[in-house]
Amino acid sequence: MRFLNFILVAIAGGILIYSTVDMPPWADPSSPASVHVSPRYIEKTLEETATPNVVTSVLADYRGYDTLGETTVIFTAGMCCILLLRRVSKR
Amino acid sequence: MISRYESIIITTLCKLLIPVIQLYGLYVIMHGHSSPGGGFQGGVILGASFILLVISHGLDEVKKRMSEKLNTIFCSFGLLIYAGLGVLALIFGGNYLDYGHLPIPVTIAEARYLGILGIEIGVGITVMAVMISIFLDISSVGEQE
Amino acid sequence: MIEYIISKYNYWIYIVLMMIGFYAMISKRNLMKKLIGMTIFQTAIILFYISIGVKRDATIPIVPEHSHEAIKALEYVNPLPHVLMLTAIVVMVSTSGVALALLIMIYKRYKTIEEDEILKLRQEAGA
Repeated sequence: MRFLNFILVAIAGGILIYSTVDMPPWADPSSPASVHVSPRYIEKTLEETATPNVVTSVLADYRGYDTLGETTVIFTAGMCCILLLRRVSKR
Repeated sequence: MISRYESIIITTLCKLLIPVIQLYGLYVIMHGHSSPGGGFQGGVILGASFILLVISHGLDEVKKRMSEKLNTIFCSFGLLIYAGLGVLALIFGGNYLDYGHLPIPVTIAEARYLGILGIEIGVGITVMAVMISIFLDISSVGEQE
Repeated sequence: MIEYIISKYNYWIYIVLMMIGFYAMISKRNLMKKLIGMTIFQTAIILFYISIGVKRDATIPIVPEHSHEAIKALEYVNPLPHVLMLTAIVVMVSTSGVALALLIMIYKRYKTIEEDEILKLRQEAGA
């Protein structure tokens, strides 16, 4: 059983390593991820949001709805912990 | 569950360190616009200061400063600030979470700057409260109050 | 050959890390070890995202505020993976908090966190 798991992991890793042939080289300035929308964020952030830190402006303004969802996930996780573990003694 | 370990070096050092850590957490939240930082990082630093207080002074010391009821209120209050700013922008004629329409007498870009600051504060409060609440629940296995 | 290795080795490192986590998740019988494997898996994904944001000879994505030169996007690293992973790290911490809480409840009920022992206990209770 353990040997079977190892073979499964080796096959999955082999497929993933084979797929890196098509990936862009490391630190390539013209990789697909770096030429799609991120140049616009970097160039327009001072003009549109007056915020020098591009990470903050993308996090809170351009993609604020996404961050609202992430915050809701954190809040839900906290509530889950309280519901699972906390026992309030009855007076 | 975690009781106080009587060591004068640890308690004194932590009493000196914790205010500095909390001040640094507030700085990271407020200065997230022009340096690395923001609500998530500052909230985790603020939560870590309370976790250090639990480790050095025991659970009862934390209960005096941040009771569990207050902590749960903080959890939802931060998210309320975030969603409330979005609804406020909706009321004043913009899209949801479009801070350019907030009724502040500055330019649109600066209104967005202030809106970002507001939601960073909300995120920081929620993250801090959730970190404290998860740590308190797991460390005491819920056997408290 | 050596240039090819240098241009691709970051992907291989994250694949090796990810496979370590994957092996721990599917092969270990202890639930705590499964959880550690899941955390390693998530860390590998975070490393992958950060590594695709890198640009050569670029600096952190904080633009100068009072500069009169035009901002060139080639001089700053891609901020988008940083944003996504910033939230993912905090979500990872809180989800592992929930997983630890579930583990505590499992231990309280069955007095063990070994998977096959729990299955045996459930079978005995059902029969």
